[in-house]
Amino acid sequence: MLREITIGQYYPADSILHKLDPRVKFLGTIVYIVSLFLVKGFAGYALATVWLAALIILSKVPFKFMVKGMRTIFFVLIITMLFNLFLTPGETIWSFWILKVSKEGIIQAVRMGIRLTYLVIGSSLMTLTTTPNQLTDAMESLFSPLKVVHAPVHEISMMMSIALRFIPILMEETDKIMKAQIARGADFESGNFINRIRNMVPLLVPLFISAFRRANDLALAMEARCYHGGEGRTQMKPLHYAGRDYVAFVLLAAFLAACIVLHIFGGGWI
Amino acid sequence: MLLELKNVSYTYNKDTSFAVNALENINLQISEGEFVGVIGHTGSGKSTLIQHFNGLMKPTDGQVLYMGEDIWQEKYDLQALRSGVGLVFQYPENQLFETDVLTDVMFGPKNQKLSPEECRERAVNALRRVGLKDKYFTASPFDLSGGQKRRVAIAGVLAMNPKVLILDEPTAGLDPHGRDEILGQIRKLRDEMGITIILVSHSMEDVAEYADRLIVVNDGKIAFDDTPKAVFAHYKELEAMGLAAPQITYLMHELKERGLDVDINAVTVSEAKKSIEKALAGRKKH
Repeated sequence: MLREITIGQYYPADSILHKLDPRVKFLGTIVYIVSLFLVKGFAGYALATVWLAALIILSKVPFKFMVKGMRTIFFVLIITMLFNLFLTPGETIWSFWILKVSKEGIIQAVRMGIRLTYLVIGSSLMTLTTTPNQLTDAMESLFSPLKVVHAPVHEISMMMSIALRFIPILMEETDKIMKAQIARGADFESGNFINRIRNMVPLLVPLFISAFRRANDLALAMEARCYHGGEGRTQMKPLHYAGRDYVAFVLLAAFLAACIVLHIFGGGWI
Repeated sequence: MLLELKNVSYTYNKDTSFAVNALENINLQISEGEFVGVIGHTGSGKSTLIQHFNGLMKPTDGQVLYMGEDIWQEKYDLQALRSGVGLVFQYPENQLFETDVLTDVMFGPKNQKLSPEECRERAVNALRRVGLKDKYFTASPFDLSGGQKRRVAIAGVLAMNPKVLILDEPTAGLDPHGRDEILGQIRKLRDEMGITIILVSHSMEDVAEYADRLIVVNDGKIAFDDTPKAVFAHYKELEAMGLAAPQITYLMHELKERGLDVDINAVTVSEAKKSIEKALAGRKKH
């Protein structure tokens, strides 16, 4: 029932993108997102498309998988595009009742559509090729300068990795409890809104109880292994930059530079 | 025929690279009043199999029939099927949610749209059948011990008055005393109320003792379907599947090999005891 959610999922494969240091991928994703809002004109979007296509090919993740992730945000995408289409003021091309479509509106809608689609595919490319643990390690390492101002960087990354680790477990648990209650005649699919919420009680109460029990067990298991926070804690697989990571950084810098150049000099019809 | 599976296959993640065949071409018939044991090692497909019996899973191929009717035909009342075929999952105590025991057990009957009095009566009956004392009826289910919670959860399914009761490892994590009590009460349900029982278990001793028919599932297929005695005679093949015969079977074979004339088909401790005593008495005469 809940197997269809693919956003944030890891897809194991043996590719250069999988082997890359997670810090590079994290920074790369941020650079890519920034560049999407930076570039202008046909040339800019062509560059973003080529870059994304090259990464998709390098990742060895089936394209079908990324499109699946798109399905979840399809609705948001359509709404954003419609708002942009009808609410951007400018030279009116077509109007009906209170709805006006302007030339600027069409351009804006297309631009937002491309940006959002690329943004989601770009960031799911990171999560598809990076395990949640690698990702939190990368964040801890990248944000560690903030420790100077007493930000609980280690605690936050630990909480994130635990939370990510428990998503599949809780999903499975939800599935199990749901089935058990359906076997007792529960109905999760019909009825009006209020009734549906009320029908969730037999699912939510056991789920919360099991989540609290798991949290308790985990805290005990961590304490039993002498966990005492981030102070002086070393990592089993410390992150080290390798040759390919430096190459990736150079390529990334080149891409960003190209985007900035296009931002300043670019134009065109988009 | 109460329950029938015809050429049932089930594939997880069909049409993707993760496709796994969990069940392959299963044919099975279960008649009224049977006590069927289902064994198989972890991942053999037995949990997938039992979820086909009450329509929680839809076969990717084949038919499931309940009282001769295809449960996946259009407009079939799955709700009614689930009242007829009760399923108790593994660790069923994790599904308890109400503030007191009696209300929790009444959840099933309430979903069957029975009157409040009738729900209450069913719940009280079911709780007594599983041997829970009346003084616990008003307690919070979360204050009970593990074994008591298990009973409440089983009563929750029993209160729906099913014709078939499927139990997925109802004794997992219980002490030997609690295990014997629960299995004894399950046997009583069959003997006194005529409820058909399908018991999934890891314990060969338990199925040998209680079931009168044994289905062995291996790699999504039915490897054996016979009386426990006949199945355990294949104990070498069972071992190859990662299963084993009851310990007593090994003892009897060993005794036979060493020259004591015992019945190697004895599968329960009491049968074995009788057979050994008889063999020893026979030897003294010579």
